[in-house]
Amino acid sequence: MEILWVLGIPLAGGASLALFGHRRWAPELNSAFSLATFIAAVLLVARVVAAGTMTVFDDQFFVDSFNVFLVALTAFVAFTTAMFSRPYMRIEQEHGRLTPTRVRLYHSAYQIFSFTMLLALLTNNLGILWVAMEGATLSTVLLVSLYRTPASLEAAWKYFILCGVGIAQALFGTILLYFAAEKVLGGGTTSLLWTHLYSVRGQLEPTVLSLAFVFLLVGYGTKVGLVPLHNWLPDAHAEGPTPISAVLSGLLLNVALYAVVRSKILVDSALGTGFSGNLMMGFGLLSAVVAAFFLSRQRDIKRMFAYSSIEHMGIVTFAFGMGGVVAAFAGLLHMTVHSLTKSAIFFTVGHAAQKTGTQNMNEIRGLIERNPTIGWGLALGTLAILGIPPFGVFASEFMILTTAMHEHSWATPFLLLALAVAFAAVFRKVQPMVFGESTARRLPHQPALFPVFVHLALVLMLGLYIPPYLEQWYRQAAALIG
Amino acid sequence: MTTPLTYQFVNLLAAALLLIAFAMLSQRRILSLIRLFAWQGLALTLSTAIVAYSTDQSHLYWSAGITFALKVIVLPWILHRLIDRLNVRWDIETLINIPTTMLVGIGLVIFAFALATPISQMANTVTRSTLGIALASVLLSFLMMIVRRKAVPQVIGFLSMENGLFFAATSATYGMPLVVELGIALDVLVGTFVFGIFFFHIRETFDSLDIRNMEKLKED
Repeated sequence: MEILWVLGIPLAGGASLALFGHRRWAPELNSAFSLATFIAAVLLVARVVAAGTMTVFDDQFFVDSFNVFLVALTAFVAFTTAMFSRPYMRIEQEHGRLTPTRVRLYHSAYQIFSFTMLLALLTNNLGILWVAMEGATLSTVLLVSLYRTPASLEAAWKYFILCGVGIAQALFGTILLYFAAEKVLGGGTTSLLWTHLYSVRGQLEPTVLSLAFVFLLVGYGTKVGLVPLHNWLPDAHAEGPTPISAVLSGLLLNVALYAVVRSKILVDSALGTGFSGNLMMGFGLLSAVVAAFFLSRQRDIKRMFAYSSIEHMGIVTFAFGMGGVVAAFAGLLHMTVHSLTKSAIFFTVGHAAQKTGTQNMNEIRGLIERNPTIGWGLALGTLAILGIPPFGVFASEFMILTTAMHEHSWATPFLLLALAVAFAAVFRKVQPMVFGESTARRLPHQPALFPVFVHLALVLMLGLYIPPYLEQWYRQAAALIG
Repeated sequence: MTTPLTYQFVNLLAAALLLIAFAMLSQRRILSLIRLFAWQGLALTLSTAIVAYSTDQSHLYWSAGITFALKVIVLPWILHRLIDRLNVRWDIETLINIPTTMLVGIGLVIFAFALATPISQMANTVTRSTLGIALASVLLSFLMMIVRRKAVPQVIGFLSMENGLFFAATSATYGMPLVVELGIALDVLVGTFVFGIFFFHIRETFDSLDIRNMEKLKED
């Protein structure tokens, strides 16, 4: 029942905001729908914590501790981002960058995007998972080009074509998976259900499965932003409106990685070898190292943090690739803290760019002088994302590093290199933006910075102390993946 | 369960699909490209219907119906309207000249067959030998998207790639479950609308649909 609410509310939100999205109170309506979705998600979590794994509607939907944790995270970040976008989009409108029609498109597509993300997480059907991932691209592509500048159109076109081609590979992978399953389970709707596939994993044809995994990894990996399939990501993050950058980094990348990990659980346990884990480790490590080196060459602030997202997704992919309960635990924790921290950073960056009228890092100076909350938000967020203790990113990166030293010691130098290079690059760029002579001006609306500090407080808490129920929950999910 | 005649028909249609993919690769005019895309949709519809008939899978009739409606009627019609309104019937420029493209295409077909052989040996469906062709037409559509400079042909390449994937689904398996097919069809339809909206935005901003205008975002 809760599943219906979780999926129905954003869908209804998308429909009603398509009608009223240009009204004066539309941003509040948008936040209200996101809040309702979040409450429904919390109820779903309570239900799963009490009753354990469940499947509903003829096994079409499936909830276990792994995806329910992502559902809660997705609904939470979608809600706080909606809160942030309230003043942000008003300011953009007042600066003359948006028309009411485009604001309506923005609000409606925002809810549809949340819907596709939640559908992708909750569905048990690998085909529907694919449909939802493609739907996520379609709903955000017009948002990336919302400002209609030449650069934003180019970014959106690139996003559309690259993710479209990538996702086509994933469809081929899904077809291959169905092909392997159909011989064991017989055709029909049930043979694409993840739970059914998992129960017969030993009988599936290994050659077909490994080929299918390669296609799935490349396909969904394009959406995760794994190097060398990452080209769309920095452009889409830099040119779209900031709330969209925040949800792309905070939600889309996680959900795409979720799809990869689901396939990995299936394929690895069917093959009994480390084939898919090794592939993920390779891609993850490559992404982390390459993205870290690109960081220092950026001039646009949102582009730089987009590369930082690639780096962190690389680290998480590596962690899941290593396998084992500890690595999976660390991977889940890192997913959580990364999406909280990165969206908080994008919130502050968005307002900083509005205040200074530029995204060029050389022209943003002295945020702390004019607006201490934005300045401190950016400074603390940056420290958190760079893995400074006591923030949660440090805890998860530490666990990943120690596991890597223990089990795959060859990878440790690469990881350390990526982290060190990223630290040097980002710190050097952010420090003068926060301190120094100010270039900022006043904004017509009071920025909503409370989501920033809520996120950072959560990240800080996760670094110092993980509440027992949360730990229990992570452990269960990690045992499923490991 | 298989009569040799239906089997041969499917193979014939598979060959037609591949031939059309090559024809698209060599076609310079957008109007003919759309016509070829409609023909490809028709070949897909017929082959799906034949597989449905020979294996007695009633849900495949549904997918044949959806394919016909979407790929033979709706999408070509939308594309026609688009190029009428955008007035872009001009000849297409390609990045590589056409004979070279064809040679690369032949290479891709050989690669696709090599990749598909071990899989299709395991297939127990009537149409298993067509898996290689399906993969080949997917790769040829990729190639088309890469070598074309204008936005409209790129989109047609994208849609024809989806045709190839759909053919893979019907030839290697008996088609995906209907709910998945409906979802895919919806995505393709919405995608085409989004593309359409996009064309107008691109034209408004750049005064042309040439993708070369859109190569500014690079790492320096």
